[in-house]
Amino acid sequence: MALNPMHQFEVYKIGPEINIGGVNLSFTNASLFMAISSVLILSLLFFGTKKKSLIPSKVQLITEMSYTFVAKMINDTAGSNARAFFPFVFTLFMFVLFCNMVGMLPYSFTVTSHIIVTFALAAVVFIGVTVIGFVKHGIKYLELFVPKGVPVVLLPLIIVIEIISYLSRPVSLAVRLFANMLAGHTMLKVFGGFVISLGLLGGWLPLGFSVALTGLEILVAFLQAYVFAILTCIYLNDALNLHH
Amino acid sequence: MELEAAKMIGAGLAAIALAGAGVGIGLIFGNYLSGAMRNPSAAAKQFPNLLLGFALAEATGLFGLVVALIILFAF
Repeated sequence: MALNPMHQFEVYKIGPEINIGGVNLSFTNASLFMAISSVLILSLLFFGTKKKSLIPSKVQLITEMSYTFVAKMINDTAGSNARAFFPFVFTLFMFVLFCNMVGMLPYSFTVTSHIIVTFALAAVVFIGVTVIGFVKHGIKYLELFVPKGVPVVLLPLIIVIEIISYLSRPVSLAVRLFANMLAGHTMLKVFGGFVISLGLLGGWLPLGFSVALTGLEILVAFLQAYVFAILTCIYLNDALNLHH
Repeated sequence: MELEAAKMIGAGLAAIALAGAGVGIGLIFGNYLSGAMRNPSAAAKQFPNLLLGFALAEATGLFGLVVALIILFAF
């Protein structure tokens, strides 16, 4: 069945096919694992804040740690202006983190290994940040494309480069997460295939590699969620504190 | 040359992007370590920047993977 390392990324529908206005809205395994991640996040936050004791239980400790981690990250990178956006960044971070981590379980499905999911998240960030910038600064937000202290002769070139780099933000944000997840999971399955094909005699070496790679992938899963959130904070910083 | 063979060669060539990512990640960790050895008290504060730089450098290599996949499956 799973001889192909790409097999794990297949999306198939669970239950009946739902067609609304020519759009296929069937419940797929991707939707199932998104729902699982969301339920896990909600139950962590629910049980973590249910019994508020001075000496925290393990669940409460994890909840408090994730809260202070994201709060500190926003404060350090985007300044105190960005406190209002804490719920958004926290949701984004927890969703990406849990999707990545649930994907690390064997026989599960990694939602973030599909570019449409990551691109939707990145597009929300990009459009949101642009709207916030224009609401807060009006037309002066376009000054973002004119760096300070650049000679006037160079300005036409610099402005074009800045606009291209601004427009490529959602693409790079989406592709970074997607490609990391795709490459990591493909690599794990390729090494798993080596274990089978080398058999009982030679299979131990790739098995050891597989274990080490699983550890690396768990690190990458956390790191990519962190990078996604911190880049959102950096973009928010650009929009909130223009040229500071 | 047959199209199928050209595709395979192109996808393989796209993997060269990983060389640049390797150099980048090595530079980041090497420079972080040498900086941390010189001034260990400042090292912990720069750890988030290290992770950020690592992820950014690694991602550029993975863009090569995306190019390979596009060559193999999109045309």
